[in-house]
Amino acid sequence: MTPQVLVDGLMSGALIGLGAIGVTLTYSILGFANFAHGEFISFGAYATLLVASGISALIVGSDQGIGALSISPAVIGASFIAMALTAGLALALDKILFSRLRGKSAAISIVMASFGASMAIRASLEFAFTSRPAYFSRDLEIARPIGFSLRATPDQIALLAVAAALLIGVHLLLTRTQIGRAMRAVSENPALARVAGVDVDATIRFVWAIGGALASASGVMLGLLVQIRPFMGFDLLLPLFAAAILGGIGSAPGAFAGALIIGLGEAITVQLAGSEWRAAFAFLVLIVVLVVRPTGLAGRPT
Amino acid sequence: MSGRTPLLIVDKLVAGYEPDLPIVNGASINVAASEIIAVLGPNGAGKSTLIKAIAGLVPISGGSVTFAGHDVTLTPAHRLIGAGLAFTPQTENVFASLSVADNLKLAAGVLPKTHRADRIAAAYETFPDLARQRGLTAGRLSGGQRQMLAIARSLLVGPRALMLDEPSAGLSPKLVEMIFATLADIRQSGVAIVLVEQNTRAALALADRAYILVQGRNRHEGPARALTSDPMVAALYLGGVETEGAP
Repeated sequence: MTPQVLVDGLMSGALIGLGAIGVTLTYSILGFANFAHGEFISFGAYATLLVASGISALIVGSDQGIGALSISPAVIGASFIAMALTAGLALALDKILFSRLRGKSAAISIVMASFGASMAIRASLEFAFTSRPAYFSRDLEIARPIGFSLRATPDQIALLAVAAALLIGVHLLLTRTQIGRAMRAVSENPALARVAGVDVDATIRFVWAIGGALASASGVMLGLLVQIRPFMGFDLLLPLFAAAILGGIGSAPGAFAGALIIGLGEAITVQLAGSEWRAAFAFLVLIVVLVVRPTGLAGRPT
Repeated sequence: MSGRTPLLIVDKLVAGYEPDLPIVNGASINVAASEIIAVLGPNGAGKSTLIKAIAGLVPISGGSVTFAGHDVTLTPAHRLIGAGLAFTPQTENVFASLSVADNLKLAAGVLPKTHRADRIAAAYETFPDLARQRGLTAGRLSGGQRQMLAIARSLLVGPRALMLDEPSAGLSPKLVEMIFATLADIRQSGVAIVLVEQNTRAALALADRAYILVQGRNRHEGPARALTSDPMVAALYLGGVETEGAP
């Protein structure tokens, strides 16, 4: 095993982490596992692709990579717009689907509805963009030594920094702001939150928006590092849930820690046993956590 | 005290979780500023459901709630606290996973930003125990401290009326005495208090007036002193033993 797995593991851990935060927040506040969360990731990547091609058609030269990065100003600009669009998709899905079932149906009906939404969005992406992989850039990036006999591409380093910044932002939002306190309050006790003056419906909408935006960011990163496919988010679903449950449902820092463990574990598994065992590691973690410590690393006992 | 204009008027309220199965079935209460009323009755009489319905947590299917001259029957729960009507539930009345400070900051959210810090500082002054524990997760507080935090949270926005669901439940007699002394102080500051209690004697000793509900309707009402000394009320609802304050 080479130490290079550290870089690969951290990178995929960061991607999983951004998605897992959305999963853990919607699960803890709305009480159901949203299987369409993976499609938010794919939708964000395709939305960025589409908007970026529009931007580079309008502004000459905006599709050239910045410095040593393969990431262009068009993609960066488009990724912000895609975050807003994906937040909008999550809100629309809640409005036309989940909010109608909330409080009226068993949790399993809502989970099944999310399965349906997942298939519908995935099929629409496949229809619109075909199942052939797409790329933000055809540039080849060379990994450079970064010390400790590790190598990383400039893109990887930049994206790790972005992921870390987003995580810190979410953590500060949850712990230091009024909307963050409201989110934690609604997650613990919605009735008491109402009594304390929290607009629970507005808080739920905020959670959808932030979960969608982070998933979109995760999709852009995955698209930059690997490729864009309609199944890219769906294939990430198992590690997303494994990370959220390992971290303890409801805990954003827990989800990110869980994601780093899953990401590193997967990279090590691929090195030692071969890439066909990658998913097995996430399954294994899921089973062990559910048996040994169902509340996860940071979860509170219920 | 019933001569004054009531601040909160609940008229023939019908409420329950299922539309065709009302738990509150035409109950009427009212309370004026600086007045404490007790809502009493046997288990299942609909006392808790009554104040939860007033607080917007249980669907209302009939009757009306008027607060400070405004009809608030259908006002969403989260707007009532800003309007000045506070409610402290019986159990799970603090956010156990949030710190004491965050519990108070959350409640301060309905105030203008410039007032928040001052009101929280004032709450710590009133409840010095909480000030010492402000960094602690609320789930680790003792039962009495939790009740204090719940009351402090309700009072934070300076409500004109406070409804409490069994604040004495699960507390030692000494703590009950302390909580009730706090409620007497709160009344002194002009707040109207609606107290739902199982601890009938303690509630009647504190309250100005009382309502006794049976099956979701008013059965008896009157000055607390008179109810305490009424032999029939005593026999039915006070455990049958007569009583200090009787003639």
